[in-house]
Amino acid sequence: MCVKKVLFSLLLCSVSGFVIATPQIQHWQSASGAQVLFVEDHDIAMLDVAVSVPAGSSFDTLDKSGLAGMTQAMLSLGSEGLSEDLVSTGMADMGAQLSGGVDQDRASVSLRTLSTEREQALSLLARVLQHPAFSADILNREKTRLIASLKEAQTQPEFIAARALNQAVYGAHPYALQPSGDIASVATLTVQDLNNFYHTHYNARRAVVALMGDVTRIQAEAIAQQLTGELPVSAETLLLPEVQMNIKASEQRIPHPASQSHILIGVPGVSRTDPDYFPLYVGNYVLGGGGFVSRLMNEVREKRGLAYTVYSYFMPLKQPGAFQIGLQTKKEQADQALLLVRKTLANFVANGPDEHELHAAKQNIIGGFPLRIDSNRKILEYLSVIGFYDLPLTYLDDFTDRINKVTVAQIRDAFARHIHPEAMATVIVGAPLESTAGAENK
Amino acid sequence: MRIYCIALLILLSQQACAEVFEKTLSNGLHVIVKEDHRAPVLVQQIWYKTGSMDESAGKTGVAHALEHMMFKGTHLVPAGEFSRRIAAAGGRENAFTSSDYTAYFQQLDKRQLPLAMKLESDRMHGLNLTQVEFAKEIKVVMEERRMRTDDEPRALLQERMMGDIYLEHPYHHPVIGWMTDLEQLSVKDVRNWYQQWYTPDNATLIIAGDVKADEVFKLAQHFYGAIPKRVLPARRVYTEPAQLGIRRMVVKAPAELPFLVMSYHAPNLLNPQQDWKPYALEMLAGVLSGNDAARLNKHLVRDQQIASSADAGYDSTSRGPAVFSLEAVPGKGKTVAEAETALRGEIAILIKDGVSEQELKRVKAQVLAGEVYKLDSVFYQAMQIGQMESIGLGYKAIPLMLAKLQAVTADQVRQVAEEYLQDDNLTVGVLDPQPLSGKVVHETGDSSHVR
Repeated sequence: MCVKKVLFSLLLCSVSGFVIATPQIQHWQSASGAQVLFVEDHDIAMLDVAVSVPAGSSFDTLDKSGLAGMTQAMLSLGSEGLSEDLVSTGMADMGAQLSGGVDQDRASVSLRTLSTEREQALSLLARVLQHPAFSADILNREKTRLIASLKEAQTQPEFIAARALNQAVYGAHPYALQPSGDIASVATLTVQDLNNFYHTHYNARRAVVALMGDVTRIQAEAIAQQLTGELPVSAETLLLPEVQMNIKASEQRIPHPASQSHILIGVPGVSRTDPDYFPLYVGNYVLGGGGFVSRLMNEVREKRGLAYTVYSYFMPLKQPGAFQIGLQTKKEQADQALLLVRKTLANFVANGPDEHELHAAKQNIIGGFPLRIDSNRKILEYLSVIGFYDLPLTYLDDFTDRINKVTVAQIRDAFARHIHPEAMATVIVGAPLESTAGAENK
Repeated sequence: MRIYCIALLILLSQQACAEVFEKTLSNGLHVIVKEDHRAPVLVQQIWYKTGSMDESAGKTGVAHALEHMMFKGTHLVPAGEFSRRIAAAGGRENAFTSSDYTAYFQQLDKRQLPLAMKLESDRMHGLNLTQVEFAKEIKVVMEERRMRTDDEPRALLQERMMGDIYLEHPYHHPVIGWMTDLEQLSVKDVRNWYQQWYTPDNATLIIAGDVKADEVFKLAQHFYGAIPKRVLPARRVYTEPAQLGIRRMVVKAPAELPFLVMSYHAPNLLNPQQDWKPYALEMLAGVLSGNDAARLNKHLVRDQQIASSADAGYDSTSRGPAVFSLEAVPGKGKTVAEAETALRGEIAILIKDGVSEQELKRVKAQVLAGEVYKLDSVFYQAMQIGQMESIGLGYKAIPLMLAKLQAVTADQVRQVAEEYLQDDNLTVGVLDPQPLSGKVVHETGDSSHVR
């Protein structure tokens, strides 16, 4: 035992025994009030920029669910004095790529452009972001398309399961709302709703601008101001209700003609800034985050061939995002797989990982750290997240150290406080109607 | 603009060539190194020039089943250990099988190349295929098939359409294999496949990232150099019999929206220097759906609202024949027939009036920008090299193809549309959505009885 311990501490030294260069993050506040995070890098003659605002689906209400997503989607469908076609062709003519999206917390718009086309591309982006023209005709068309795709999604087991689980995990909290909205709520959206949402939530003072690539600090300062200086300004602070952490156990079995059952198990998990985040992250690697080498994968796929994928993750958000386990398996063996997953989870929460597993997790997460920051695109996303969630600017510098300090006791303790296997929500879409799990258990 | 484009192009081709090194070992293994020192990481990819198109009827899915079994242990490395050792080195790894090739990759810290080579070279010749592991893994493959195809209506339509587009060519069969074939496959089939095709002279090894080519070649010689080459089976060359008229087919599956696919036989790229039609077809796809204001989206989705989505697609780079495809989801209150008429209308207008210089220039600008953006992904650059080598065109054709794409004229785009987008070349596939009942019939507030 002692020998083993000595061996491990030696091994652990080798895990942390060398330093990786992290990107030099520059940070300032623009005159607009926006936070700016910038990494200067001239290796490739291009620039990536992302503007994020707290305008995600958690700012929707039940009767207007989908408003956040529609507002973001409509930004690139026409600006003051610029038709949607001119926005599209303008970007394409420069070879520029406009993208973006909405999750529970955040709405973002990003641009990738060649250095040679930078000024024109940025001036187009500046208009898209700051001077949207929400047209009633285009909104009607997009509502019709979204409703059609929601109807389609509602036939798909993975969508049905995700929606049911979100509702079971979050109840009346806005994290229960789907970013895409619901058929009935999307149908009610008006231009006035979009304008109101935009003016309330696309707020310069709460915007985060991330820039990565081929510009100087002086250029970056001008760009950040150019992209946020004409955003609306509002003083109000928007607070979400607290997530109700202790949920009741529930199980929904939803019939579906698919050949597989889609199984999801979830519970409110952890927020981005929770001190338990790192122990939970490392612990989850062992449980179901570590790809082919996780316990869930080993039990469900490697040992028994019950599924192609099985995973678990914590979705770290402003408030506790979901902890979720998911898999798909042939209907006839769904109860067997569910029982196995529950047993694996309960065992992990009760006992935590062993020292070998913790060591292997650290080796992978620390050894793989360079892969997290090996491209401009990945660094841009880190800049956005660090800025948006007010993480320390040294987040990347400290990352491997934070991982290395995690202990088995911390993981066990953090899981015991956050995850109660006996009080989680379960959804089985395409389920065999009667649970046979209890019988098999005996 | 034009002068600037060409200058950029020359710069890019020089850049691309300057950093690629290659060597063929005495056993025939082709080693290609792409140096990129932006980050202290590397990727190893090994590409076998064998995919599902080399299978025969009744044994479909064997190429992909072997890909799964490649993680199940060798005589030196027990089952599951490959993944554990790569994970312990901080790596990410996976593999993929297509109709044309099978490839394996690991992404790692730059110091981990010896480990990756040791493991990958070991399973090139030392795989230990057992009945026990096969019996479990083939069940995983069946779950993969259920997930990706059987329960995915649009994927199911694509699978069944391939069966109609190709009567003789093995593209007729799905890469993952028919379920009844998977049920029949044995460990012996997989072993035969491995012994036939997994040999160094049927493979391309690509190392890209923060490495030095001469050191990579030394390591490659050390780890892979002693693996003996074997005589490869003769590859059957198929010539798909000429299509004699339009083909139509329907797939019924649980869904809400119908889906229309129109696939035309089209040539793949065989001679990158002399061919011009495949380049013109690439441009045609770009003119039709290369951006949100390209013809199909602008006319059918935005203006006329006949479709809620509409796309065109074509890929010239494959071992076997290509297709040019048009796809649409009919808009609200519109039928599949109306969507088909609208797509046909767009093609007719294009053939009659041609495409504008501006549209063409737009597609070319996107292609050129994409060449710069791809420098941000070492993995993608290695993928492109591996794919080009595996289909027989070679990575050196990449800059040539880029130049040829830029040289396509508006009239050439019109000409290929006229030549290939004809009914006698066409297979029309329709997803006919079927109802499903999705009501919650059983709900409990307390699951304690389950435990």
